[in-house]
Amino acid sequence: MGSITLKKVAKRFGDVEVIPPLDLAIEDGEFVVFVGPSGCGKSTLLRLIAGLEDVSEGVIEIDGTDATEQPPAKRRLAMVFQSYALYPHMSVRKNIAFPLKMAGMEKSAIKAKVDHAAKTLNLSDYIDRRPGQLSGGQRQRVAIGRAIVREPSAFLFDEPLSNLDAALRGNMRIEISELHQTLDTTMVYVTHDQVEAMTMADKIVVLNAGRIEQVGSPMELYREPANVFVASFIGSPSMNIITGAPAAEAGATTIGIRPEHFQLSTDGGQWRGVVGVSEHLGSDTFLRVDVEGVGTLTARAEGEFPARHGDTVGLTPDPERMHRFDAAGLRIVR
Amino acid sequence: MARQVTLNRRLINTAVAWSLGLLIFFPILWTILTSFKTEAEAISLQPSLFGFDWTLENYQEVNARSNYPRFFANSVIIAVGSTLLGLCIAVPAAWAMAFVPSNRTRGILMWMLSTKMLPPVGVLIPIYLIFREFGLLDSRIGLVFVLMMVNLPIIIWMLFTYFREIPGEILEAARMDGANMKSEILYVLTPMAVPGIASTMLLCVILAWNEAFWTLVLTTTQAAPLTQFIASFSSPEGLFYAKLSAASTMAIAPVLILGWFSQKQLVRGLTFGAVK
Repeated sequence: MGSITLKKVAKRFGDVEVIPPLDLAIEDGEFVVFVGPSGCGKSTLLRLIAGLEDVSEGVIEIDGTDATEQPPAKRRLAMVFQSYALYPHMSVRKNIAFPLKMAGMEKSAIKAKVDHAAKTLNLSDYIDRRPGQLSGGQRQRVAIGRAIVREPSAFLFDEPLSNLDAALRGNMRIEISELHQTLDTTMVYVTHDQVEAMTMADKIVVLNAGRIEQVGSPMELYREPANVFVASFIGSPSMNIITGAPAAEAGATTIGIRPEHFQLSTDGGQWRGVVGVSEHLGSDTFLRVDVEGVGTLTARAEGEFPARHGDTVGLTPDPERMHRFDAAGLRIVR
Repeated sequence: MARQVTLNRRLINTAVAWSLGLLIFFPILWTILTSFKTEAEAISLQPSLFGFDWTLENYQEVNARSNYPRFFANSVIIAVGSTLLGLCIAVPAAWAMAFVPSNRTRGILMWMLSTKMLPPVGVLIPIYLIFREFGLLDSRIGLVFVLMMVNLPIIIWMLFTYFREIPGEILEAARMDGANMKSEILYVLTPMAVPGIASTMLLCVILAWNEAFWTLVLTTTQAAPLTQFIASFSSPEGLFYAKLSAASTMAIAPVLILGWFSQKQLVRGLTFGAVK
């Protein structure tokens, strides 16, 4: 059990409204990712769910009961913080055991649970060390261990991987996804990294300036972004946003074309431009092409494409995969 | 070459540090040495540092003339009492300022500190009159209260600096883990803050022990601490430097020993927050 429902939830700090009233439903067992740029209110929204911040108005329901006024401890949620927030004076064992001790569980039961969690997370060899003696990845595992032993209704993750290096981040991403499959518990995950959002989420909530721009599965957001903001935020490298005459020709104020939706050619093509930067990764080739009257576009070709700085190439957008937006920035439905 | 420069610099630094240390410690050393001299040697125009006839007669004399244990007990009660009372007020105050700051917190802290810039004699008359009115003159409870007030800004500042270094997320994690306010303070906050509270306590005990203005003005006999004990040897029959030195040595010895054994804690407390 772990459904979370937000009804007209708003948050104000003094006169500043950081989250205008919003509605959101998170189903039991779902992996939901809040994504958005820095300062968009995603962490605040998570803290409102956790009970670490008071809502200014609205209702938060957890498992169908009103939890708006409940303190964090009563909400049966577990949280993993960006800084891990481990207790520095306690060993790994005591850190993981702390929530169980708070719940008044018997010592033998605590020991069994902690040992099991440590084994699951490969922490058995470090069980008597203190957090200061562990690497970043190990600390993150301890933080996750501390969260899972409680068997909460839902897990809240506040940018848990942003302090790790790129290789470790990739591994931990997979571990968290596997954990979700094993535990089958609701997870709410905050990140500014849209790659994390796309790879881990069942449902992505894109936030901008405290407002929900779009809610949907990763592929829905990729294929049918609701507006220019979502279009440019989801996808890596980000979508090419083009205004002016080329957009008008397509019957829109703004058009968006993903780098992978161009047909690249050495001669011909709808638009011709000069290559500024070329990145050859072996599996893909990324080109930054300056096209007169259109702008600087990023294009991706599968495998090796023979173009270098200063070469002229042709770009042909796939009309079926071109996104059109009106003057308000909203998607024009075909 | 670089190694040579480093070595030279280290030697110079060591020499300068030792010179300064000795310069600061010299008056105390001189007092201790004088306490073992005869009165004649103590006022000799050609004083010798170590080459004199060592004697314990000053200590015998001082002990015979005064009730040292009573002064000592008063000093302990006043120093420890004012520190504990100060902590009871300062811990919640510093806590609130560190973890629930408002936009006036900084101003309040600066205002508190500014009271330390006020010369104590400036409030002597009102405090004296209040003490007289409430029958607190020459009472230990009165002195505990005054010294607590004198040291409170320092206690709050030190604790505030210390608490601010404790990441708020750790306290939030405890709340998420099911800790109520009591458990949060007992299992998470206090163990993390103990070194800071300990260094603050040490410093305040030392400051209260050494406080001479209020203790001399507000006490005569009943509540008189060791500062009065020293002062009592400074006047009646002319100046007897050797006995005065013996009294001073007996007064400062406890705090000197305490400071020596807890120097690591003291340095840590005083420099906390300065270096990450």
